Amino acid sequence: MAETLLQIEGLTKRFGGVVPADAISLDIAPGEVHAIIGPNGAGKTTLIGLLSGELAPQQGRIRFDGEDITRLPVYRRSQLGLARSFQITSLFRGFTALDNVALAVQAHRGHSFRFWRDARGEDELRKPALAALTRVGLAERAGMRIERLSHGELRQLEIAMALSAQPRLLLLDEPMAGLGPEESAQMVLMLRQLKGSTTILLIEHDMEAVFALADRLTVLVYGRIIASGDPETIRADAGVRQAYLGEKDGAGQGGRHG
Amino acid sequence: MTASAHPSLDARPESLLAPRTVLTGALLAVLALLPLYAMLSGNSFALTLFTRVLILAIGAVSLNLIMGYGGMVSFGHAAYLGIGGYAVGILAKEGVGSGLVQWPVAIAVSALYALVVGALSLRTRGVYFIMITLAFAQMIYYVAIGLDRYGGDDGLTIYRRSQFGGVIDLNNKTLFYYLCFALLLASIYLVARIVNSRFGLVIQGARSNDRRMRAIGFPTFRYKLVCFVIAGALCGLAGALLANQTNFISPALMHWTRSGDLIVMAVLGGLGSLFGPLIGAVAFLLLEEGLSRVTEYPDLILGPILLLVAIYVHGGIDGLLAGRRNG
Amino acid sequence: MLYFIEQCLNGAQLGMLLFLLAAGLTLVFGIMDLVNLAHGSLYMLGAYFAATFAVLTGSFVLAVILAVAASLIAGMVLEVVAIRRLYERGHLDQVLGTFGLLLFFNELVRLVWGPAGMTLVLPHQMLAAVQIMPGVYYPVYRLVIILVALAVAALLYFVVMRTRLGMLIRAGASNREMIGALGINIKLLYTLVFGLGAALAGFAGVMQAPILTVQIGMGENILILAFVVIIIGGIGSIRGAFVAAIVVGLIDTLGRAFLPDMLHHILSTNAAATLGPALSSMSIYILMAAILVFRPEGLFPAAGR
Repeated sequence: MAETLLQIEGLTKRFGGVVPADAISLDIAPGEVHAIIGPNGAGKTTLIGLLSGELAPQQGRIRFDGEDITRLPVYRRSQLGLARSFQITSLFRGFTALDNVALAVQAHRGHSFRFWRDARGEDELRKPALAALTRVGLAERAGMRIERLSHGELRQLEIAMALSAQPRLLLLDEPMAGLGPEESAQMVLMLRQLKGSTTILLIEHDMEAVFALADRLTVLVYGRIIASGDPETIRADAGVRQAYLGEKDGAGQGGRHG
Repeated sequence: MTASAHPSLDARPESLLAPRTVLTGALLAVLALLPLYAMLSGNSFALTLFTRVLILAIGAVSLNLIMGYGGMVSFGHAAYLGIGGYAVGILAKEGVGSGLVQWPVAIAVSALYALVVGALSLRTRGVYFIMITLAFAQMIYYVAIGLDRYGGDDGLTIYRRSQFGGVIDLNNKTLFYYLCFALLLASIYLVARIVNSRFGLVIQGARSNDRRMRAIGFPTFRYKLVCFVIAGALCGLAGALLANQTNFISPALMHWTRSGDLIVMAVLGGLGSLFGPLIGAVAFLLLEEGLSRVTEYPDLILGPILLLVAIYVHGGIDGLLAGRRNG
Repeated sequence: MLYFIEQCLNGAQLGMLLFLLAAGLTLVFGIMDLVNLAHGSLYMLGAYFAATFAVLTGSFVLAVILAVAASLIAGMVLEVVAIRRLYERGHLDQVLGTFGLLLFFNELVRLVWGPAGMTLVLPHQMLAAVQIMPGVYYPVYRLVIILVALAVAALLYFVVMRTRLGMLIRAGASNREMIGALGINIKLLYTLVFGLGAALAGFAGVMQAPILTVQIGMGENILILAFVVIIIGGIGSIRGAFVAAIVVGLIDTLGRAFLPDMLHHILSTNAAATLGPALSSMSIYILMAAILVFRPEGLFPAAGR
């Protein structure tokens, strides 16, 4: 395995007068859980957009396992092993939980120009889908339409979707969004189990979760990285406390900007 | 929720006694026995009318594939009726009378046009897509008007129906009716298999959430394009049938208001349901026929009916029968 | 050469007309997110109103004014009675519903005015041709159309860019939720905007009436051209509609005038005779296709769309 799984070099994105990504450079090592934190408007969403391929940078490069993916479209990056979950739940309404995850499995299991056979009867798709659901604790909900799932369950489903493709890199965009304390704790436990086997780039506001999961932290403010390193160093960094963690001491759920 | 709301995505059969299944079954039985009735009562007009219903239902089935299941609102679908019809008409005029040549050509040219239009239009979405498909259909309408050799504005008479080497005589009205019926059932079955296949799930997923589909790794554009081509090809077949039935083809068949008729049939019947297009075709054409007998100004009633359906109805007639479970 | 200039002017005139139609359509779409297939019906009604008022009052100018006013009122009534119930529905239902309205209006016109169509006669002064350049004569009336439409365009520009109503319109075109949040009476705004669109369409119908006959279904073909204009110009953009309308008007007119002849030089007579008319009517669609390839969002897409 390469030393760096994801190499971000000088990534810059401008929207008119705003620069939400300003020469961002970052290396993610395989197997690590790397959290990106920062106040609202810091450019975290833009960064995810750039990494997933929905946004094109004006400058900079992204290398995934040595391969330059900067110009690749969204679906290609996904096929290469870069999976993403969404901050605002973005699933397939009208389908069941199992259907949803099975689609994610289908995208990586051979081509889909098959017109005749009933896809819902394909074990090749349904078994791994059920396995992913079980992993996030949603096995009992497999047959339910997603309109009937609770918010917490939908957030779990978001992760299951991203996981089912057996990604090499998982981009998690605020997986805790909208979760209560109990549900957050469950989500953290679940994500902890992924540590080591899957590389994770985590965007989060929930500081408790961040400190419980992350091997390394990067702090983003106004599109720039102002600090990057292990949690303890970041926690102690005065500049970071000033810019982000505020007057409150250390970790607090969501900080001032949650 | 709207009349165009989430279709019933699970196309599996439900309980045999559900009102929807019973009524659909009854409709199919009536259609199957219609020629018998026509023969016994001497009412051959009914046979003509319902042959037309069946043919346009095929067109509606093809539109439902891209619109109901795929979420691609094409306002140019009548173009394929015209292309299919003109393929038959032009070949007939040039001396090629065999259905074995005419019909495949009709399907192939329709597929080709769908490929070009789809490749250009599917780069857009929403209202742009609707307007663009509308514009392309109107374009081919004008092309047909410009074809002086083939009748132009006046249209082209087709003196001999497609020949099938004596195996089947399309001039036999009853035989022709059953052929159309068989092709309709085959189309519905084809759509049923497609929408539940891997391909169909991609199409439905793209309809539901195109962004997520791409995020999980599907290049949705090419799937939608293939779907669009399939629908165009199927509608081209309907066009070939229609030309045979009327022994005539004219640009009027491709006017965008005809595309509107197809949309009405699909929506009225219930989008994203297998038999919805058939129900819609029956309902719409009977309504049209009935109103024109009752009044000299049928659209004064039909127009507002369409408006009311657009405002108030969830899931079409099929949705009503199913107890509005998606409303 | 003279013919060329004449055709250019005709193209400009068609363009102005298309602009009036497209402006209304794109406003309604930009602000209310509504596809309105019955827009052509309002154009048709404007023409019929004008022809009727001309007969009733004997004055062309009065007929024009009354017809535009009637279109405005008709539009607002239509919005309150039917259109507003379609805002919350998806585009497909709007297409279906306004399609029903289109059928209804065609039939209504047939009921009220009969199937034969009407003519709108111009006053004597307008029938003459004026010399705009040495050796180039152009009908006064067509010039009037160009100038009046330009004036309307300028007025529209002023309203949209300089007035409070215009500010709301521009804000609405790029961010619909915001104007609701600002506490503006949305319902009234929508009715006014729709009425404005109807008045523009009606005015276009009135202006075009003396040139073409006033007949049922006259709105349909020109509506498609208006759609093409909007696609090329960018939905929601008045400026885009203006530029695109001129371009479409010129290309369509010049295409029809010169393409068949040009083809005769390249192809055989038969082929040219067959392809000529077909290709010339296709020219704007080819343009539209080209725009789609390179710039699917149109030339001047309204921001935030």
